[in-house]
Amino acid sequence: MTSTISEAADQSVHQPQHGAGHGEEHRDVRMFGLATFLVADGMTFAGFFAAYLTFRAVNPLPAGSTYELELLLPTINTVLLLVSSYTFHRAGQACRADRLVTSRAWLLVTAALGATFLAGQMVEYFSLPFGLTDNLFASTFYALTGFHGLHVTLGVICIAIVALQTHRGGVITARDHFGLEAAELYWHFVDGIWVVLYGLLYLL
Amino acid sequence: MTLAAPNPVAPPLSLQPQGWVRYLSFSTDHKVIGLQYIVCGFLFYLIGGLLAGAIRTELATPLSDFMPRDTYNEVLTLHGTVMIFLWIVPVVNGGFGNYLIPFYVGARDMAFPRLNAVAFWMIPPAGILLITSYLLAGAAAQSGWTAYPPLSLTTPAAGQVVWILSVLLLGGSSIFGAINFIATVLKLRRPGLKLMQLPMYCWAMLGTSILVVLSTPVLAGVLVLLSFDIVAHTGFFNPSLGGNVVVYQHLFWFYSHPAVYIMVLPAFGLVSEILPVHARKPLFGYTTMVYSIMGIVFLGLIVWAHHMFTSGTPPWMRLFFTIATAFIAVPTGIKFFNWLATLWGGKISLNSAMLFSCAFILHFVFGGITGVSLAQVPFDIHVHDTYYVVGHFHYIVYGGTVFVIFASLYHWYPKFTGRMLNEDLGRLHFLLTFIGFNLCFLPQHWLGLNGMPRRVAEYDPAFTIFNQLSSIGALLMAVSTLPLLINVVLTAIRGELAGDNPWRALTPEWLTSSPPPVENWKGEAPLVLEPYGYGRRSEEYGRKAEEVAA
Repeated sequence: MTSTISEAADQSVHQPQHGAGHGEEHRDVRMFGLATFLVADGMTFAGFFAAYLTFRAVNPLPAGSTYELELLLPTINTVLLLVSSYTFHRAGQACRADRLVTSRAWLLVTAALGATFLAGQMVEYFSLPFGLTDNLFASTFYALTGFHGLHVTLGVICIAIVALQTHRGGVITARDHFGLEAAELYWHFVDGIWVVLYGLLYLL
Repeated sequence: MTLAAPNPVAPPLSLQPQGWVRYLSFSTDHKVIGLQYIVCGFLFYLIGGLLAGAIRTELATPLSDFMPRDTYNEVLTLHGTVMIFLWIVPVVNGGFGNYLIPFYVGARDMAFPRLNAVAFWMIPPAGILLITSYLLAGAAAQSGWTAYPPLSLTTPAAGQVVWILSVLLLGGSSIFGAINFIATVLKLRRPGLKLMQLPMYCWAMLGTSILVVLSTPVLAGVLVLLSFDIVAHTGFFNPSLGGNVVVYQHLFWFYSHPAVYIMVLPAFGLVSEILPVHARKPLFGYTTMVYSIMGIVFLGLIVWAHHMFTSGTPPWMRLFFTIATAFIAVPTGIKFFNWLATLWGGKISLNSAMLFSCAFILHFVFGGITGVSLAQVPFDIHVHDTYYVVGHFHYIVYGGTVFVIFASLYHWYPKFTGRMLNEDLGRLHFLLTFIGFNLCFLPQHWLGLNGMPRRVAEYDPAFTIFNQLSSIGALLMAVSTLPLLINVVLTAIRGELAGDNPWRALTPEWLTSSPPPVENWKGEAPLVLEPYGYGRRSEEYGRKAEEVAA
């Protein structure tokens, strides 16, 4: 056996039967695939961030425009997202401990926090003094927060679906809970992106 | 890590479509998907070739007398986009990658077969979308495959938006494919098979897929911003609204320079499979090949601004990108000398696959050298946006990658179909392509050095003779497609049967029937520890190892 220790440990659990014929099992690599996808997704944000920083460094805003933004609401939103990462973590713990009812409750709390974030984002959009095409910063602001907001929306939908699946006899079980784990990784990713985005757009 | 779920993919054999229908179906069999990519890509190659023919017909005379100038711009844009995004990238990655990689890692399919099918089926709609936009009068994209603003903001908007949608779909397809390749190579290897024992194409696809995952999303992002500029009148890249066109160029080339490696690294891998088989020698310098692939991946990500030396780049940036670009010649040179050393003293059979592979080496070293010259700022500023760049580029992607695609076709066709392609027609195909290609693109270097700009329908009459030579070359290339098509049709009707392993090759795809069964092997997957063990006492080494493992 030449695989690394972790692989060996993995295989001792899975017992992959190479050559066992059709419908054979191989190691579950879906989380690995998702992680690779998130690297790609992160690169999209990295491109946006790079564009935004270059715009800021090179292209002066027209007179009368400012980079200053109201901080209270986005800061509350940041806290909401960070808390939601924790509540999702608790949901995962509960699921692995086979406490599915508790897990579902934590999931619903997470989804609610995510939805509240989106609502806060909407409130912010309607209270901002600038529109999409007012200046370069305004356009970049809406593009970045909008793209992130799409991610949050997708995340809330995924969490809601996973919550529906988490109950006795449901798809999500203590043994097999790919959906929950995938949604959790994705959610932490979306939160992490927000922290960077908050720093760059609001604090810088 | 979740516990073992049964392979979520494969429906029972009886549910997989059989016969010809499966090539038009949502099949999850990696071999079917591979061939779908290749055939679909080849159809787009024919379309792109017709467009190239139209371009060369226009350029046969100095005046724009064959088509209106706007039409010329549309044709040029479509030619570039089709050839890059619908022919080379899908075929050399998705086509041969899907067919070969599971064999090479000893798996029965890719890691995510359904995602794989989704990735393929994003391509035909994207292609149809792109081409139909050209049937709408006055609505087609005209800003070249680079879609630089502000040009892309002033040309017809509808066509440009359709172009962006199409490229976004193709980019998504490419990313899904890359995720699949990374997972398959790293996670689905047969137990007992180390990374450093994999055939070289696996490394090439791993490197390529890393590039796709890191760079394609950036292109997607910047194209979305461009579409905002067109549709919502934002000003990201619109100088009159305070925007910055150079940011577009940076982000575009952050993908599109690696895209050259996305097109050519898999070709490196394929040629590294073909040369040892037909020279009956082990691949020279396996380890250095692996490190040079990874070196190219790393350097490929940090050289993009050498496309922008005339875009007002500051001196430090020019210096950095010149040096970084020149460094790429090192890993590339290592690969070049390794191929030569593989051939050196080999028992070479100069069949069609080998002829195309050798021509690849020749063209690639020429295109590589003109590439290094383009990395030098003073020279680049002189020839920027001239036919010199066009010539260089086609030596890499046509003389390089497309020649390897043809070599691979002759090499693996027996595995795909169970029948051999006709060698005489193959050599005729090679001869016409080789002469036509060099006649078409070699004079373009001269044209560029003397100042003929690219992307123009009219030019100074002083350039006529070399343009006509180039057009004659293009005609030869068009003719060269005929022997290939005839060959494929004739072979399908009554080709010589190939048997399992007509080349006496050692890589795992040959250790099964031709064409291989669904799930690749009837019994257990073979363990091939030395895929290039040619010239040893027993060329059955691969099989022996398999018995030992069992």
